[in-house]
Amino acid sequence: MHFSDGEVPAEYRRYIGWKVTLIIIVAVLLALMIVVAISMGAANIPISSVAKSLVGMTVSKRFDIIIWNIRLPQVLSAIVAGAGLAVAGAVMQSILRNPLGSPFTLGISHAAAFGAAFSVMVLDSGIMTSALADTVNITNPYITTGAAFIFSLTAAGVIVAVSRMRGATPEVMILTGVALGAMFTAGTMFLQFFADDVQLAAMVFWTFGDTARASWSELGIISVVTLISSIYFLANGWNYNAIDAGDETAKGLGVRVERVRMVGMLLASMLTAVIIAFLGIIGFVGLVVPHIARRLIGSDHRFLLPASILGGGLLLLISDTVARLILAPHVLPVSVLTAFMGAPVFIFLIIKGQRR
Amino acid sequence: MILTVSGVNFTYSGHSVLSEVNFQLAGGELLAILGPNGVGKTTLLKCINAIHRPSHGAVMVEGRDVLGMRPNEIALGIGYVAQKSETARLTVFDAILMGRKPHIRWKVGENDLRIVDSAIRRLHLDNLSLRYIDQLSGGELQKVVIARAMVQEPRLLLLDEPTSSLDLKSQIDILTMIRRVVDEHMIGAIMTMHDLNTALRYADKVLFLKDGTIHSKGSACDVTSEMIEEVYGLPVHIHHVHGHPLIVPAA
Repeated sequence: MHFSDGEVPAEYRRYIGWKVTLIIIVAVLLALMIVVAISMGAANIPISSVAKSLVGMTVSKRFDIIIWNIRLPQVLSAIVAGAGLAVAGAVMQSILRNPLGSPFTLGISHAAAFGAAFSVMVLDSGIMTSALADTVNITNPYITTGAAFIFSLTAAGVIVAVSRMRGATPEVMILTGVALGAMFTAGTMFLQFFADDVQLAAMVFWTFGDTARASWSELGIISVVTLISSIYFLANGWNYNAIDAGDETAKGLGVRVERVRMVGMLLASMLTAVIIAFLGIIGFVGLVVPHIARRLIGSDHRFLLPASILGGGLLLLISDTVARLILAPHVLPVSVLTAFMGAPVFIFLIIKGQRR
Repeated sequence: MILTVSGVNFTYSGHSVLSEVNFQLAGGELLAILGPNGVGKTTLLKCINAIHRPSHGAVMVEGRDVLGMRPNEIALGIGYVAQKSETARLTVFDAILMGRKPHIRWKVGENDLRIVDSAIRRLHLDNLSLRYIDQLSGGELQKVVIARAMVQEPRLLLLDEPTSSLDLKSQIDILTMIRRVVDEHMIGAIMTMHDLNTALRYADKVLFLKDGTIHSKGSACDVTSEMIEEVYGLPVHIHHVHGHPLIVPAA
């Protein structure tokens, strides 16, 4: 069977061109927002000074220190975390064939919260110090981060193990994830019940996802994991499209469905675990951004995934900037804002119904 | 021969679903697999393209053992139209373009797009090409799904109940289209069906499955009322109307 007399319709080229243009627009908005976000804060820095400093021109020592040591790591953390959480959510929604697919559905976030609580209670990482600006810090953040990461991966490992026993179907994965989420939530509540005031405060504090927590080295780790995972996800865009059409159709197109689903789930979980472990729990980005992107650009993963990556970065950066400024001089953790914004947006999307 | 199925057995949870299935199919032939619900028709199709691995036996497509091939290689030779309908939200063009997946390495090429356009025009889907597939009628969607299998450029097409839940006109459209594709491209095609009358009208050969084994096989015009009664447990009469067999329950 061979077809050779076709030609590419102009209207299809225009249709694809529009999607590419939309992605470029989001990328440009993100680039502009980086400069704006860095310029805004307790000390306002002129946008021109930010731009000059970013391209290596010295403006003033004070501005350089604020830009390079404080604001740029936070801005990049917001972008990378937003991008990572959004792409992980988009992939989970596809491979689980469930619009509620996200790190929360699979219990990854609950496991991380349990890990943090465990480190505070059992590993003694929870002695908190109060800094001048009303902020609190966990004295041993690496132990907390490590514990959160290990428990997140444990949750992912259990899901993979059960899936290997019972078949890597969306139902098995989601049900296992929901069960694990309930179990880790119960575990966290158990620890909280026996915690003293200081420990309880440390546990709750950790769950407030905050992009200011990451230093350059931590940002480097999150970035590398996000980059590698994103490349893998983008390379599998066709596979996710095929799985969307049904497992049997995908298999008929030569997709190793179980393997794609398992590796995708594992990588998305690991990506989420790394972000959550370093920054705390940042809800709704992984759930809402893929849905917004899907409405704007469609379900084709060749475009949905890059749109989710850029859109996630943009949304979390805007949220983070607003969170820094809205109650100034107090700094609100970004997770509080994303949850506040995310829920109404999600309800709005449900009411409006799915569009392309 | 395009397809040779020899001694295929399939067991699921200790139950024998298929037992000693043997048949061959040549290019330009359309085979209808018939039988009551649950006799293993879909399982047999899935064994042919290795979605299910037979416990014994061999499936050869143009002399190559399917069970020894990688999934992508299989998809280059066998197009599969599953029974369940689509849920993905893509345009008709992109949904059909997905059929080029086994051929695409990194990026969709101009050639892939031209092939899709060609298939769209042959199946008269031009006016729908940028419409989303969840806005299509059942018949239109089925055409899209078959078009997707066609742009895989396979030598063998497997169709699992391609006309179930379609209205009469759509059934005729789809079967006429399948017949034309088989004749024009000299590929082999196998479809599972429940409607005996349409099966006998469009297929060259029929294969009756009963309890996981082949009850009878042969040319569509050799089907007898005794065969049907033995397979389905229902007495029938076969009349001929305008040269086509018409099966009517005797009771």
